[in-house]
Amino acid sequence: MSESKVTFEKGNVALAKAAVAAGCRYYFGYPITPQSDIPEYLSGVLPRIGGQFVQAESEVASINMLLGAGATGKRAMTSSSSPGISLKQEGISYMAGSEIPAVIVNVQRSGPGLGGIAPSQGDYFQATRGGGHGDYRVIVLAPASVQEMYDLTVLAFELADAYRTPVMVLADAMIGMMKEPLEEWVPQNPEPAKDDWAATGAAGRPGRRIKSLYLGDGELAEHNWKLAQKYERIRREETRVQIELPEGCELAVVAFGSAARIAKSAVDRLNDEGRRVGYVRPITLWPFPEEAIRRVAEQGVPLLTVELNTGQMVEDVRLAVEGRAPVHFAGYPPGYLPSPDDIYDEIVRRLPAGKEAA
Amino acid sequence: MHHDIIMAGFGGQGILMIGNLLAVGALRRGYRVTFFPAYGVEMRGGTANCTVTISDREIGSPVTARPLGLVAMNEPSVVKFGPRVRAGGVVVVNASIVPEGVLDREDVRVVRVPCNDVAADLGDPRLASMVALGAYVAASGVLPVDAVAEVLPEVLPEKVHRLIPLNQKALEAGADRAGA
Amino acid sequence: MKPVFVRPQSLTDKPFHFCPGCHHGVIHRLVAEAIDRFGVRERTIAAASVGCSVFLYDYFDIDVVESPHGRAPAVATGIKRTNPDKFVFIYQGDGDLAAIGTAEIIHAANRGENLTVVFVNNTVYGMTGGQMAPTTLLGQPTTTSPYGREFGQDGYPIKMTEMLAQLEGVGFAARVAVDTPARLAQARKAVFRAFETQLEEKGMGFVEILSSCPTNWGMKPLEAVRRIEREMIPYFPLGVYKERKGSDAL
Repeated sequence: MSESKVTFEKGNVALAKAAVAAGCRYYFGYPITPQSDIPEYLSGVLPRIGGQFVQAESEVASINMLLGAGATGKRAMTSSSSPGISLKQEGISYMAGSEIPAVIVNVQRSGPGLGGIAPSQGDYFQATRGGGHGDYRVIVLAPASVQEMYDLTVLAFELADAYRTPVMVLADAMIGMMKEPLEEWVPQNPEPAKDDWAATGAAGRPGRRIKSLYLGDGELAEHNWKLAQKYERIRREETRVQIELPEGCELAVVAFGSAARIAKSAVDRLNDEGRRVGYVRPITLWPFPEEAIRRVAEQGVPLLTVELNTGQMVEDVRLAVEGRAPVHFAGYPPGYLPSPDDIYDEIVRRLPAGKEAA
Repeated sequence: MHHDIIMAGFGGQGILMIGNLLAVGALRRGYRVTFFPAYGVEMRGGTANCTVTISDREIGSPVTARPLGLVAMNEPSVVKFGPRVRAGGVVVVNASIVPEGVLDREDVRVVRVPCNDVAADLGDPRLASMVALGAYVAASGVLPVDAVAEVLPEVLPEKVHRLIPLNQKALEAGADRAGA
Repeated sequence: MKPVFVRPQSLTDKPFHFCPGCHHGVIHRLVAEAIDRFGVRERTIAAASVGCSVFLYDYFDIDVVESPHGRAPAVATGIKRTNPDKFVFIYQGDGDLAAIGTAEIIHAANRGENLTVVFVNNTVYGMTGGQMAPTTLLGQPTTTSPYGREFGQDGYPIKMTEMLAQLEGVGFAARVAVDTPARLAQARKAVFRAFETQLEEKGMGFVEILSSCPTNWGMKPLEAVRRIEREMIPYFPLGVYKERKGSDAL
């Protein structure tokens, strides 16, 4: 990586570049703010490197084009923003059921409904609970910087193939629209062979079915248990979290994505002032870093969950903590992007009294 | 060093361009930087603003409620962001179209530069924002003016590269007017 | 001894589950004959749809990708765009193609996707129990139009072939029936043409096949076959509606 150059890049563009670096040559999507930089970039690049860019007639069509591409084992993706992701849920459910690898990007805007185009984290529940019908999960990666838009997108393609499952990159308008230094790197992990399962034409073998329909006696329960075991394996192997816990930690902030970035400024400032405030940033939202958060709680550290919504991830934090420590919440619904000062005040309000630094 | 600036004005005044220039200039001098634009409907003829943060350590938030600096290219921007600037900060105001007295603060350094007029004297009114950036950089001392001038070829689109010398002049003219 | 009738190679030996008198079996066979005829079995990927044709993958010995209801043209687009060397066909019923999947079929056609589409029109939702379809004829009673379809309430039966034939991206569009031996022969020819259209990269090859559904029509198989000629063909005229000639590349 010595020859790599640091560029100043928009988050959305970093993500699109990462897809190309990861070997994705196929994009299917529909325009929606604030993620349109992604299709705009890929529509210029993919046709010139032997790929395909298809602007579909709808979000529904684009997710199903992705289903078709993924079923043949090709690395492919779609991207959208909140209302568009709602429309894609049917296809995501089918892909989970049919065990089709694919990458879906949600650069969240605000809802419910048409909502607005401001940054929000209102889609946490939708993303981490599967989102569509049926008993399934989607791996959800939450980048908090432009560099992570790149790094986690590469990871998304690798995880999708490794587990034959849809993976979502859950960004938001802030991470997508902001610019930061980006160091591009070339992924070294080879794309796994898919001849053992993908629909490639039944050359010299019986035909294959890529499907989610199981009507035989007991078949569907068996299929669901198989999926459940896969999800259990993902929980064990793929949970990712960033934790910074100072000695004698008085309180730890739990936040992801853009909220984590804003909170980090407040945490840093308090630590500069002599307080001891921890920082816990889930990088995978599903699987959620329950173990790590439970361990923090077991040390008696109170937690403050900060989100750009009125309280979603905080439920997972409470489930992880199971009453071992107080779990506070500071939420900001769309339309007001909190500043580090807002979060500073929220933290100070919860810090143990009488222990202020000199 | 931790320096955050809001730049604001009308859409089309080149606000995002000067934000990018400052950010990339700082990046090439070894600083951590973030750039966060207002976007969407606001891009089409309304107001435009962006926040640039420059630091020598990892940057948390790319947004700020109380910036250390402000470049305000029109009156609404002075009204909206002027009161938020931290004490000791620098505010560059486009004196060509913002009357005196809009921002009444003793605790910040208000630098009034007639950006439109200086740009017109240079032969191109579109250089007004570049004049403002030169003034801000010089008045705040956040970076040497050279650091910004050096990255003009990297940030400006190829098709306007012939205008780089003129842009450089605008930066310098702004810096001179700031009377640093 | 020379065999006079054999199962097409691309069909499995699993017996069809279709109701007595249903035309899906015959239509499956036509498609299988075309796969064999053009020698594309080992490079075929089909997109199955939702409805009675959902079990397509049990009967064809080819690779099949299941699609959500109505989405087969989009799924097939994804398959074909990423695998232009493969032969891709979709097989959809009227509820699937002409109601919930109208947007997908129209836009796949309009993009000129090199796909072969077999559209089975039997004027009802078969799998779900005979509800009104977009192709249900005026006056036809169904489980959701118990007094017969009435245009003021339900609109008119939709003519997909006529509509799609208007689109530049369609290379071949025909409506056929399989209710008589003569029409069966014409249907076979049309299915073959729809295959060739894809192989010649002339855009979408589309065949609508009028089909019986004795169970949901409440008729005996023979009566149902007669209904095709008596009621369906007058409203859904047979014929080739669009054919891009040899030299007209898309």
